[in-house]
Amino acid sequence: MISYAECSARERLARLLDAGSFHEWLAPAERVTSPHLAQLGVPCAFDDGVAIGRAQLNGCTVFVAAQEGAFMGGGVGEVHGAKLVGLLQRAIKERPDAVLLLADSGGVRLHEANAGLIAVSEVMRAVLDVRASGVPVIVLIGSANGCFGGMGIVARCCDHVVMSDIGRLAMSGPEVIEASHGVDEFDARDRALVWRTTGGKHRWLSGDCDALVEDDVEAFREAAIALIGMRRPVTLDALQAEHALLVNRLHLLDEAVPEGADDAITLWGRLGVAQAARVNDMDVQAVRALRTP
Amino acid sequence: MNWKHLTVSLFGGDHGLHGIDQDGDFLHGTVVFDGMTLTVIGTTGHAPIGVNLALRQARAVLDTIVQHPGRPILLLIDTQGQQLRRRDELLGINRAMAHLGMCIDLARRRGHRVIGLVYDQALSGGFITSGLIADACYALPQAEIRVMRLPAMARITKLAPELLEELSHHNPVFAPGVENYWAMGGVRDIWTGDLAAALRQALGDASRDDQRATDGALRGGRRMAASVVQRVLDAA
Repeated sequence: MISYAECSARERLARLLDAGSFHEWLAPAERVTSPHLAQLGVPCAFDDGVAIGRAQLNGCTVFVAAQEGAFMGGGVGEVHGAKLVGLLQRAIKERPDAVLLLADSGGVRLHEANAGLIAVSEVMRAVLDVRASGVPVIVLIGSANGCFGGMGIVARCCDHVVMSDIGRLAMSGPEVIEASHGVDEFDARDRALVWRTTGGKHRWLSGDCDALVEDDVEAFREAAIALIGMRRPVTLDALQAEHALLVNRLHLLDEAVPEGADDAITLWGRLGVAQAARVNDMDVQAVRALRTP
Repeated sequence: MNWKHLTVSLFGGDHGLHGIDQDGDFLHGTVVFDGMTLTVIGTTGHAPIGVNLALRQARAVLDTIVQHPGRPILLLIDTQGQQLRRRDELLGINRAMAHLGMCIDLARRRGHRVIGLVYDQALSGGFITSGLIADACYALPQAEIRVMRLPAMARITKLAPELLEELSHHNPVFAPGVENYWAMGGVRDIWTGDLAAALRQALGDASRDDQRATDGALRGGRRMAASVVQRVLDAA
């Protein structure tokens, strides 16, 4: 068992895809780097924090992008975002069996804030263009940085989300919320609270991810293989159903959370999860079995 | 600009025609413009966009698709960004935002013209699934668009505020400002003078593809994005 979280982006590509099949576009040797970091005195990366290319997965052709969280928290800058958009646009033309996004990102790279924000919105539109063209997009989330900010929105624009229990998927990071509204709103150092709010188990129980796996590269590989070819078309009916689901969930917390009770555990209980209070102590397999169909 | 002053500038002084209601920070209604009915959806009061406000906007978009196929949609944007609350994160605010963006995207694909207008303030998460996913986004010159203010950016990036301030004068990627977003292609045009004429032109603009990277290169604010996309498309 090899920890997905502890792998670098390139190690994930090497181990997740069929051996030796990854063919990179705009590889580090081409030195396509951020034009904005040098003047800030910040070192650049020769791949701007994301590796993109074509590969085989269980014999199927996939296009794949892997973000590197060790470089600027996987933040999306001008070049990083354009590489993702290029990959997605190429998928529309060449029609691989699926596009995989190995997300490892805090969202917009603040050093290129405005360019990053526009870039993430271009990624969103490109993802939806790929889906409209009939190619499924699958997101894998299991890194230490998780998938936050604009990339958290991008993830939910895709066909499928695969998470490990230590993966995190959300919008604003706990530190940002604590800085904005205080430690009583969100204690970013309370790891159990952070994971109850953003972690893989919570996202599985609330239906925000489609597969919950162990922190194991092979488990991610198997989950991705199972989802190849499973399209989820964006139709009016699908969005009406999504809307009803989200409205229903919002109302689950209308009734006050009892004094002293945890709101995540309360929400799970109201979602129909049995033994909600024991979730934190359960292993992945046990939590997987808790989700009501 | 106050949204009521804006709608008078856009649609004239006859409030009876406007039919835009404000409910809290949420704006919704229909207007008749050049004999054509438009759906207007928006926010005011620098609204933080939480799950609830994202869903209300999404509902209005879905209702327009169902009840009035092809009707143009005008998004009026004034937001301080996403709601920074733990409860919203617990409820999956990223999913609600994605849903809003996907509803707008579906409207576009089904032939609704969707125009975004930043009339006051637009920030990060509140902007990315509204104006930035419309066919095109426009802004008033006095509006403010940003991810973060420079002092906060300096704190988080651990860069000297003086350095950021200095660089912001000639590099549009750091600094807040409508002109910077125009230069980078994120804003198609800045509306000055006759706002009704500007809206008329926007509604008549045929281009519905994402041309922001190309605009950014032509205008010099985002020189690499379009060429990097092209290099990926051409790579061996």
